[in-house]
Amino acid sequence: MAAPLTLLLIVAVTIRAALFRSSLAELIAERVEVVSPITAWKRVVEGLALLDLGVSPYSGDVFHETPLIIYMFHFLVDYAEITFMVSLNTKRHFEAFFSLGALHFTGCSFLLGSILKFFYLLLKLSMASYLLNPFTILSCVAKSTCGLNNAVLALFFLSTIKGNVLLSAIFLCLATYQSIYPITLCAPAMLYFMQRVCISNGTVFSRSSLSVPDLTPNIGLFWYFFAEMFEHFRLFFLCVFQINVFFYTIPLSIKLKEHPVFLIFMQLAVISIFKSYPTVGDVALYLAFLPVWSHLHRCEQAHTWFWLTSFLLHKVFVFSMTRLFNFYLA
Amino acid sequence: MAAHRCSWWSWLLILFSLSVFVVADIHETTPVNDHHGGVDHNAQTAEQTADQPAVEERRWEATEVKEAATVDAAADIQGTSAPETVVPSSVPQPKDDFQEELVIRPLHSGDIYASFQFRTLWDTDFMRENKVSHYRLFPKSLGQVISKFSVRELHISFTQGYWRTMQWGQPFIPSPPGAELWVWFQDSVTDVDATWKELTNVLSGIFCASLNFIDSTNTVQPSASFKPLGIGNVTDHSFVRYATLPREIVCTENLTPWKKLLPCGSKAGLAVLLKSEKLFHSSFHSQAVHIRSVCQDWQCKTTSWELRQTLNSVFDLHNSGQTKREWSLFKMFSRTLTEACPLASSSKLYIDITDNPQGEQFELSPATSLLSQAVVLGDRRTFSVYDLTQETTFGSVRSLNLLIRWKSNEGEMLRPLLHAERYVAGYGLQTGEIHTLMYNNHPYRSFPVLLLDSVPWYLRLYIHTLSVTSKGKDNKPSYIHYEPSKDRVKPHLLEMLIQLPPNSVTEVTVQFERALLKWTEYPPDPNHGFYVGSSVISSLVPSTVAMHTNSTQERPLFSSFFPCKEESSYFVRIYTEPLLVNLPTPDFSMPYNVICLTCTVVAVGYGSLYNLLTRSFQIEEPNPGLAKRIANVIRRMRGVPPL
Repeated sequence: MAAPLTLLLIVAVTIRAALFRSSLAELIAERVEVVSPITAWKRVVEGLALLDLGVSPYSGDVFHETPLIIYMFHFLVDYAEITFMVSLNTKRHFEAFFSLGALHFTGCSFLLGSILKFFYLLLKLSMASYLLNPFTILSCVAKSTCGLNNAVLALFFLSTIKGNVLLSAIFLCLATYQSIYPITLCAPAMLYFMQRVCISNGTVFSRSSLSVPDLTPNIGLFWYFFAEMFEHFRLFFLCVFQINVFFYTIPLSIKLKEHPVFLIFMQLAVISIFKSYPTVGDVALYLAFLPVWSHLHRCEQAHTWFWLTSFLLHKVFVFSMTRLFNFYLA
Repeated sequence: MAAHRCSWWSWLLILFSLSVFVVADIHETTPVNDHHGGVDHNAQTAEQTADQPAVEERRWEATEVKEAATVDAAADIQGTSAPETVVPSSVPQPKDDFQEELVIRPLHSGDIYASFQFRTLWDTDFMRENKVSHYRLFPKSLGQVISKFSVRELHISFTQGYWRTMQWGQPFIPSPPGAELWVWFQDSVTDVDATWKELTNVLSGIFCASLNFIDSTNTVQPSASFKPLGIGNVTDHSFVRYATLPREIVCTENLTPWKKLLPCGSKAGLAVLLKSEKLFHSSFHSQAVHIRSVCQDWQCKTTSWELRQTLNSVFDLHNSGQTKREWSLFKMFSRTLTEACPLASSSKLYIDITDNPQGEQFELSPATSLLSQAVVLGDRRTFSVYDLTQETTFGSVRSLNLLIRWKSNEGEMLRPLLHAERYVAGYGLQTGEIHTLMYNNHPYRSFPVLLLDSVPWYLRLYIHTLSVTSKGKDNKPSYIHYEPSKDRVKPHLLEMLIQLPPNSVTEVTVQFERALLKWTEYPPDPNHGFYVGSSVISSLVPSTVAMHTNSTQERPLFSSFFPCKEESSYFVRIYTEPLLVNLPTPDFSMPYNVICLTCTVVAVGYGSLYNLLTRSFQIEEPNPGLAKRIANVIRRMRGVPPL
């Protein structure tokens, strides 16, 4: 049972190590689809260099990470590649438990018979889908801090499913500290715990990336829109776009209150579509969770949800790719 | 009849007493002038010839007469109108002095370098409570600017073209392409940024230039590169502001107000040569205004304000359509000199003949016997002098058309000791690298240079990629001052102190990333590119001869611009080329399409989610056709189950 999983892990680590050492690493780190101004590794190094010069990294507009990242990488900068691989490992490990928890909550009874075999199948699938997903490989090789974000989110899921309120809250705070969007995951977490007769609590740190100051192209909906927007209407459309992320929490929570795990997944999908500076790392995060619901092919309603998200994503991708080409070739 | 005669006598008495007062006042001021003239005479070195003192004394008398005339007129006016201020004859008149000179230096490439300097010295205090109102030689517009904005020093220059150091040597007054403005404010200014903004707008009006484009996005506060050139030992660099507009074009509209600031305008003296049609037909043209406080004597007990207006230009041999190598004042300026400015205390024309000691390279006509030596730019140069205040200079035709005719083409130019270049490397519209090369051509001495780089915010510098290498090895700067930029608020500022090893090239590289601007921030010609201002390299370069450290000594204007603190080195400031970088531009015809597409995606997403969230399914019987319904009714009546 464990052998194919270990093999998978070894293969994933080998691929990443090979890419780290090759000349493709720099090329990948420059691609705007993989890194955004918020998550780029180049900017983390720049922040560290500014700190060495005695200048506050936040006095300029290059560095947008949290102070926690600075402190962490101050010591780990030489071991950056290993750090990212370790976070990847963490993610994979907790993916496994997440899928177990998700299974527990789907309630499709016909599976109960072959649950053990199915569990390992699910485990393999979800691990494979995350580790061997080209998006995660690219994200890891580019040393985008998105990978670290995803690891924290995975830890949050794990602690939620295990029922540990304190840890779940801590990890949610950490995730929200990085970017404000995971605050919406508070609602499904609360639902989950309420169903287990527990109440969670979270504190909020505010971030300033909501106003989209940096117009570097990325695969999201926003940048081209705001590049071509008149100043007069900027604030209005900014509000509209940002509301889109937070707005779906309540209706989704109401609709999916029996399935908080699935709710988390849907919320993740919404965040990665409507976020200001999305990258392939965010996409990879929830694509990794898709196999968990592969058994729902036979359940029509969830089927609809599944196809909806994939349709939206496809549309966004195609749309943004055309815009990117328009921009680079025009 | 007797009463009439009596009143007539009383008026005569009053007039007599008034004139006695006036004469007494002249006698008060005369000793001061004589004393000043005497000091000058004593301080003069062998540069001046024997007939100078007589001329000077005559000159001082002329100014006295003028002063008396003005005081007399003022007294008359005071007598008629109700005086609310003190009569000026009781306050000692501030002494002002105007000098003009033109230096012509033939260059090895066949071009010719002409440098005009006009200096007005005025012993007054702009910062006192009573506003200065009696302006004579000093232009009133600049005086009001100094007192209103509490300016300690002001340096502004407008340049068209780039100074080629390797072909032309070092200029007397360096300046970067475009417009450059740097100002030191007095300590009494509370809000320096607001004062700076007002000052730039006022200067924009005075010089008819678009200096109003100077705002916080291109203003920096250099911490070490721009120390005051006049007196004043300041360490707080929050009172200095430096801005440059590399894209500014210089034209006749800028020259005309500049000429109006001169006491004689463009009607007499050397300024008659400044005609725009020939002046702008040159390879390099730069006009500048420098205002600072200087010491009047060696102990610096009294200070006076100095205004220097300088104009440098380099005329191209081939551009002017000449076949043989011959330059004359008429060929350069399409004018000749006819007289000196009557208000000038000294008006001289210097020709650099250091490379022509025996006259084997070129010959000057009309010949002159006046020679002068000056230590300038670390070298002792010999000059032929034409004194325009002498009638004999102009000869019988009453005009001076200097002619320089070349006989041979030999001679190598001495390589300048410090030289710099800058360029952008890289490909694509995403990233790039700025390379700055600094050459130290001294065979065995190394010296430190201060490099100042001000990069606009839309080129995001990554300071962790900064590398300084000399002769292939890493050369760590001993002082780095870096201020990162803030988007749309302030630019990057990088100042470094680098030691240049002898006979070497030092390369400074830094990577940057190009930002995408908002649609409305692009200029109408976005594909022209965006300018990055020149880097400034300031240095104390070792000199071959001992420099003069006494700045109050009587010296030609071109050798006394930069102050000298020590004898073994002289101050040099070099400007590199400005850069022109392309930024990625969006498709400007797309806003409607983009808005439509994005809104469609959001609407589709929202609509689908809304549907999924709120739609509930109900089973509905399909509506049977008419025939079937009738059949069903009949079957119900019969008690048979319906279809």
